[in-house]
Order: sequence, then structure tokens, then C-alpha cells
Amino acid sequence: MALQPFLALGAILFCIGLFGALTKRNLIIVLISIELMLNAANINLVAFSHFGVTPHVGGQVYALFNMAIAAAEVAVGLAILLSFFRARNSADVKDVNLMKW
Amino acid sequence: MLFGIPITGETVSFFLLALIIIVSGVMLLTLDKVMHMALALGGVFLGVAGIFILLGSDFLGMVQILIYAGAITILMVFALMLTQKGDDTSSPPTSGVRAIFTLLGVVVFAVTVLLVIRSTSWPVNRPAVEPFAKPTVTLIANAMFHTYTVPFELVSLILTAALVGAVVIAKKED
Repeated sequence: MALQPFLALGAILFCIGLFGALTKRNLIIVLISIELMLNAANINLVAFSHFGVTPHVGGQVYALFNMAIAAAEVAVGLAILLSFFRARNSADVKDVNLMKW
Repeated sequence: MLFGIPITGETVSFFLLALIIIVSGVMLLTLDKVMHMALALGGVFLGVAGIFILLGSDFLGMVQILIYAGAITILMVFALMLTQKGDDTSSPPTSGVRAIFTLLGVVVFAVTVLLVIRSTSWPVNRPAVEPFAKPTVTLIANAMFHTYTVPFELVSLILTAALVGAVVIAKKED
């Protein structure tokens, strides 16, 4: 097994998440798509940690930090979503325009 | 040999997991009901956990199953249930023309990245199946509590701040 298939898988997963984040209208689906992009980055980190010139565990530690930051992002994002839903009674991206110029 | 790739257990499991991930990801984007989307999300996370275990980082795979496939999927399902108002079909994407152009841009980006990955000669020393001498839990613990102590503490600080911030934001104002 070489390094390239894992990098290709990460790139494809990243692009699926990017397309979802750019086109979907439900705020939760946009958050989910961002999670997919973060997971693609994690695949790359672990693949480099496994296939690097000197295999080093630092990539896995970095992926763990990445997961912690992603969990914090999801918590804050869902809190904003609930607050927004309470104010506007909608979860649509089109309705998030209070600070739009 | 199939398309220049040797058929071993490793490659077969890699392609199965990649198939699961990509099919679940595409299903996530195309399904009608948002609840089914959340279930497809669980499929993607389980496939990524399998990829981690295939890469020899079993601890990270287990953490992925616990946090992503367990906690975050359930959290998303909860948020969907709290905000869906009866109709659980997702609203259509923004507009046809815009979606097509976004798809075009994303595909161009993907092809560029894949060509770059293919044409770069990555400095790989040896395709070892098991490159780490010790169990990865020991190595991760040593790295995290000796080398990366300050980032570890900063991450705990960020998690606490995010927790408090989420409670404050989601609280009813009255």
C-alpha cells in the first residue's frame, strides 16, 4: 500500500464536504459537511504519520487535537443554530442575514 | 495484480472502506430526508475509523468511533429533531445554475489536487505494515504529555471556553 491512495481518498472526501457546504441550505447539513472536510484532513494527517520518511506519532496527536477543536466547533455551532432557530423559527441559510450588509 | 495494484488483504480492505466512505458521502448529499443524511454521516465516520485502524493507529480509530460516530452523529440528529418543524425533507439547494457552477468548480479543484498527488514523488522510505514499535497508545501518551503539554492544556482551555460559550448562547433570554 502506498501513500497516494490515502491522499486521494482524503481529497475526494474533502471535495464532497466542500460541495455540500457550498450548496446545501439547511444549516445543520452545512455543519455536517464541514465535519466531513475536517475528517478528510485527519485522514491525511494519519496517512503522513504512517508513511512518512521517519514514521512519527505526531500526526496522530495532531489528529486528536483536530478532533477536540472540531467538537468545540460543533458545540458552539449548534448553540448558535438553536439560538437562531428560537429567534427566527427557521434553520435555513437564506434567513441568516441579520449582519448582512 | 489488478490495474498495477497487488491484491492483498490491505488493498482490498482499503478499497472497500473507500467505497463505503465515498458512497455514504454522495448519499449524504443526495438523499431527500435530513434524518437519512445524518445516518449516512454515521457511515462516513465509521469508514474513516476503519481507514485509521488500517493505517495502524488503532487508538485514533476507536476515538473516531466514540466521538464522531457516537457523539457527533447523535448530536446532529438531536439538532435536526429540534429544528425541523414536521417536514423532514430538506430544502432544495440554492438554485440550479449556482449548484452546477459550484459542482464545476469543486470538480476542477478535485482533479487538480488528484493530479498533483499523482505527479508528486512522495519521499516514502518503506511501505511498512506496522511502522511503530510500541502500541500507539503508549506513543501518543508520551508525545502528548511530554512533547505537546502546552498545546494539550490549551485544548482543554478551548473546550471549557466552548462549553461555557455554548451554554450562554443557547440559554433562553428572559
